[in-house]
Amino acid sequence: MRATAILYGLLALFALCAPWIGIYPVFMMKLLCFAMFACAYNLLLGFGRMLSFGHAAFFGFAAYVTSWLITAHAMGPGLAIVGGMAVAAFLGLVIGGLAIRRHGIYFAMITLALGQLVYFVCLEAPFTGGENGLQGVPRGSLFGILSLRSDVTLYYLVLLVFVAVFLFIRRVVHSPFGQVLKAIRENEPRAISLGYDSNRYKLVAFVLSATLSGLAGSLNALVLGFATLSDVQQSTSGEVILMTLLGGTGTFFGPVVGAALIVTLQEYLSDIVGGWVTAIIGVIFVACVLSFRRGIVGELAALRAERQA
Amino acid sequence: MSEIFGIPVAVILGQLMLGLVNGSFYALLSLGLAVIFGLMGVVNFAHGAFYTLGAFAALLGLQYFGINYWVALLVAPLAVGAVGVVIERLLLRRLYGLDPLYGLLLTFGLALIVEGSLHQVFGATGQSYPVPESLSGGVNLHFMFLPLYRGWVILASVVVCFGTWFVIERTRLGATLRAATENAALLQAFGVNVPLLKAATYGGGVALAALAGVLASPVVLVNSHMGTSLVIVVFAVVVIGGMGSILGAIVSGLALGVIEGFTKVIYPEASNLVVFVIMALVLILRPAGLFGRE
Repeated sequence: MRATAILYGLLALFALCAPWIGIYPVFMMKLLCFAMFACAYNLLLGFGRMLSFGHAAFFGFAAYVTSWLITAHAMGPGLAIVGGMAVAAFLGLVIGGLAIRRHGIYFAMITLALGQLVYFVCLEAPFTGGENGLQGVPRGSLFGILSLRSDVTLYYLVLLVFVAVFLFIRRVVHSPFGQVLKAIRENEPRAISLGYDSNRYKLVAFVLSATLSGLAGSLNALVLGFATLSDVQQSTSGEVILMTLLGGTGTFFGPVVGAALIVTLQEYLSDIVGGWVTAIIGVIFVACVLSFRRGIVGELAALRAERQA
Repeated sequence: MSEIFGIPVAVILGQLMLGLVNGSFYALLSLGLAVIFGLMGVVNFAHGAFYTLGAFAALLGLQYFGINYWVALLVAPLAVGAVGVVIERLLLRRLYGLDPLYGLLLTFGLALIVEGSLHQVFGATGQSYPVPESLSGGVNLHFMFLPLYRGWVILASVVVCFGTWFVIERTRLGATLRAATENAALLQAFGVNVPLLKAATYGGGVALAALAGVLASPVVLVNSHMGTSLVIVVFAVVVIGGMGSILGAIVSGLALGVIEGFTKVIYPEASNLVVFVIMALVLILRPAGLFGRE
């Protein structure tokens, strides 16, 4: 327990100092956005064992909505992000409502197909800018008070939001709702026989996950200043699955580790290996599934539990 | 009667035929998916990648070894099928007995490896494969012009699909396969080599995907991502048809191709979406799929 506390303390210290020790803030913000996305995804996969293959739809569509609200309607970043989250929540309600009608692999295929539907909508809808996406999204100032033009200011805002989301997900999982969700994960027929309306719990988890994914996507668009088709693409859905799996599904910190590794890999490895990044990600996927299904954090926790036993 | 709703009949029939060609590919691919899933409980996400590999095998065979279309039609599926057998023996085998989601994730990783490598080696631009001479040109059916090659694609895939259906439903080998689907452990106790059967099934399903790839190579541009979006549509087709049924996979594949073609005539913007919308409707009205059993 103490080792964990020390580790969290060191990480918090690192996160606070990052802009001052030569780490590019935009890179850190992107990392935090994807970590948030992976944590939101983990709520669904890790605690509800629902494998969604279409989560990029929420991340990417919210990014579009936020960018569109800012560029076309001159809305402030705060409201625009709330708008993006609201649309993601609604999308989550529709897609989740359809997908929870089936289980397991069917659930995965349905979310994949509906995610692709959202992709095509983004490709063809008039407000998304087609192949170019929405570019030149100004950061503006938060509720007209705090200017976000400086990378460092925005970095601390993103960090604050990330910590809030992280703690919120912890709270949700430890709440009675989260415990029922875990019970459904372990044995759905039994949870139903105990009187729990399992579909309602699953749908709420899905909508929560979609909303937080939307928040991550909206923030990411604000940080980078654009929303493009790659945000809604199926490959982004694949990436968030990999981040969660690599770090450890069903652990709190796993998705953060996974996101940090994959974003760093994409950012720095692409200089060395060029276009092989996709193939390398595939290799990591295969290695993960074959040899450490509990993920890095999950395996470490298991190792420690073994040693203590 | 040369126009319906102001659209020339020839245009409608032309699009319907294009739809039928696409439907042939959907049918071949969803058939392979259904066979693999039925026996192994694995949703083969790499199916689109094997389709792409089939097309590349034909293209490279022609460019480097001068292998003609008809030989490629036989050799490419065999070669890709052999790759499938190796993958089953080395990787997929380790996941039996685990949550089927892991099989889905593993094959997703495999698809990324195959498509990422092809993209890196051959670039993003597509290459065209020449239509074989004996099938170039077309026939005038008076109400429409039928390009011979497209007619051949439809014919070939319908024959292969129903051939596969016949083997599985009407032969001794098929009976053994179906027995393994019902209860693999019991079948093994009777002395049937079930692991071999599984490897052969995966190889066979993958070979069907590769065959579709060879058939497609003269009508599409051969590139690394030709299977990526196709496999998603095929998944939707499988959800619509219900995964358990072979005949369901064939019929819904062909039907959805035609519906897609028809949408292209009436409302082109929706042609990419129509399959997914139908999937959503089927999920609301009949969650197990049209031909499926829960």
